Amino acid sequence: MSFLHKDNFHRDAFLGLIVWLVLIVFYHIFPDPGIHDIIQKVFILGLFAMSLNILIGYLGLIAFGHAAFFASGAYTLGLFLQSDYVLSLGGLSIPIAMILAVLISSILAALIGVICIRLNDIYFSFLTLAFQMLIYSIILALVSITGGDQGLMGGFPKPPFLGIDLGRPFDFYAFTIFISVITIVLLRQIIESPFGYGLRMIRDNSERPAALGFNSQKHKLIAFIIAGSIAGLAGSLQALLDVGAYPEWAFWSKSAEPLFMILLGGMQSFLGPLMGALIFELLNDFVTANTRYYGLVLGLVILCFVLGLKKGLLDWILFKFNRK
Amino acid sequence: MEIFALFDCIISPACLISQAAGGLKIGMLLFLVASGLTLVFGVLGVINFAHGALYMLGAYFSWQLMSITGHFGLSVILGALGVGIFGILFERILISRVYNAELLVQILLCYSVILILDDLVMIIWGDEFLSGLGVPELFQVPPLFIFDAIIPPFHLAIVAMSFIVGIILWFIMTKTRFGRLARAAAVNPNMLEALGVNINLLRAGVFMLGSFLAGLGGALAASVGSVVSGMGNSIIIESFIVTVIGGMGSISGAFLASLIIGMARSFGAVAMPLFTDGLMFMIMVLVLILRPEGLMGKKK
Repeated sequence: MSFLHKDNFHRDAFLGLIVWLVLIVFYHIFPDPGIHDIIQKVFILGLFAMSLNILIGYLGLIAFGHAAFFASGAYTLGLFLQSDYVLSLGGLSIPIAMILAVLISSILAALIGVICIRLNDIYFSFLTLAFQMLIYSIILALVSITGGDQGLMGGFPKPPFLGIDLGRPFDFYAFTIFISVITIVLLRQIIESPFGYGLRMIRDNSERPAALGFNSQKHKLIAFIIAGSIAGLAGSLQALLDVGAYPEWAFWSKSAEPLFMILLGGMQSFLGPLMGALIFELLNDFVTANTRYYGLVLGLVILCFVLGLKKGLLDWILFKFNRK
Repeated sequence: MEIFALFDCIISPACLISQAAGGLKIGMLLFLVASGLTLVFGVLGVINFAHGALYMLGAYFSWQLMSITGHFGLSVILGALGVGIFGILFERILISRVYNAELLVQILLCYSVILILDDLVMIIWGDEFLSGLGVPELFQVPPLFIFDAIIPPFHLAIVAMSFIVGIILWFIMTKTRFGRLARAAAVNPNMLEALGVNINLLRAGVFMLGSFLAGLGGALAASVGSVVSGMGNSIIIESFIVTVIGGMGSISGAFLASLIIGMARSFGAVAMPLFTDGLMFMIMVLVLILRPEGLMGKKK
C-alpha cells in the first residue's frame, strides 16, 4: 500500500507556499481583524470538512459522528496545556500538545473505526452518530475533568515556541494557515496515491476490490483513522483559537456543519470542502450581521443547493469549465 | 455511579413503582414519536431527520389552539392533525424529490427543514419558553398512591392513550387495505404502481400518518412540559435510538425499544444521573454491534 504520489508533490508544496505567502501579504494589506478571523476559521473548518470528505467523497461512507474527533482534539490539547501536573513539570510546548491531540484522536478513530467499518449505509451512519453522542455524554458526565456543560474553563497558557507567540494575532493567523496548508498538501498526496484510488474503487464497486484480492476493510480503517486525525488537528487549532473547548463541539449538530460545507463546496473536487467552508463562513458572517434568523437563511441556501444546483459550487464550476 | 442508590430503589416498592411508572410514561411518549419515524422509514425508505421538527410543530400548534379554544382534547387532536397536513405538503413538495437520491442528500434536505422550522416558530411565537398546555381539568385530581408511590393520573392517561394509538396503528398496518398496500410499497413500489395503485397518494398518506404521530407526541409533551424552538432536536436522537434498537421499519420493535429506553432513562436517573443519556447511546452502540438489524428487524 503506497500513500505517496510523488509526481505532483513539489508542485503542490510550491503552490501551498505561494498561497501561504499571499495570505500573509493579504494580512498586512487588509488590517481588519474581522477578515483575519474569517480566514483562519475557514482553514480550521476547511480541514474539518476535508477530513470528513475522505470518507464521504472518496469512500462513499456517510459518517455522521465526525465531530467526535474534532472534540477529542480540542479537549486533549486543552487538558494537556491546562493540567496542573503537566504544568508542575514545566508545561508542554504547543507543538507537542498538538501532536498529542492528533495522536489521541487517531487512537480514538482507530477504536471507533474498527467497529463502525463493519457496517454499511445508514447503519454505519447511525453507529458513528451513536459513538459521537456517547463521547458527548462522557464529556458532560466527567464534570471534574472537562467542566461538564460549561466547557473547559479557566483557559490555558500558550507558551511561545521557536519565536512564535500564538497570543499575538498575526502569529496565530500565520501558524494556523501554515499548518492547514501543509496538511492539505499531504492529504492531496494521499488522495492521489494508489491508496487513494483504492478508496474510490471501494466506493464505486463493492465486488471488484474483493475479486482483486484487495483488503477493503483495511483501507476503510486507515481512511477512517486519517480522517479522524485531521479532524482532531482542526479541533486542536479551534481550541487554541478559543482558549477552551466546549461540549457542543461533540454534539451531533457539529457533525452536520462539515456536511453543509461539503454540500456547498462540492464533494467531487479535492478543494470543494474548503470552498464550502469559505461560503459557510461568509454566509455566517453576513447573515448574523444582518438578522437573528441565521438558521432560516442557511436552511434556504442548503435547500437551493440540494434541489437546485444538485452539486457543490466548486464541482459545478469545474463541471462547466471542463465541458467547454 | 451510584449503584447502591439503584439497589435501594429496587428493593423499595415506592421507588420501584414510581420509577417504573415514570419510565413507562417516557417510553410511551417516545413510542408515539418513534413509531412515526420507523413507519415512514419502513414504507418510504427515507430517514426523516425533520421528524423532531414536526414534533415541535405539534407542540406549537396545540399550544396555539389551546390559547384560542381552551379545550384540551380538541387542541391536541387538531394540533396533531395540523401537523399531519403539514406532513403531506412536506412530502409532496420536498421529500418526494429525493426518494431516489443519495442518503447524504436526504439528510441535508431534512436538516435544512429543521433549521427553517426552528427559526420560523421563533419568528411566529417568539424565542421565549411558552408554558405548556397544563393538565386538563378531568385529570386535576389528587394523585394515586400505590405502595406509597405517587402516580399522577394524567401520566396514566398518556400511557393509556399511547397504548391505544399503538393498537390502532397495528390495526391499520395489518388489517386494512391501506396498511397492506403500504407494506407492499415497502417491498416493491414499482410493481404496486403497475397494478394501478396510486403510489403518490399512498406515500403522502403514510407520511401524513407519520407526521400525525410526531405531532401527537409533541402536543402531549407540551401538556406536561414547556414549548420552545429546538425542542425537537433531542427527541429526534432518542427516536433514532428507538428505531435502531427496535429494528428499522418495525413498529412492534419500536414499542419494545421505547419501553427499554424509557426504563433505562428512569432507572438510569437514579443510578447515574449525569450519564443517563450516555446509557442510551451505550445500548444503541451495543445493539448495532451485536445485532445491526435491531431486536425485531429482519436480517438483510
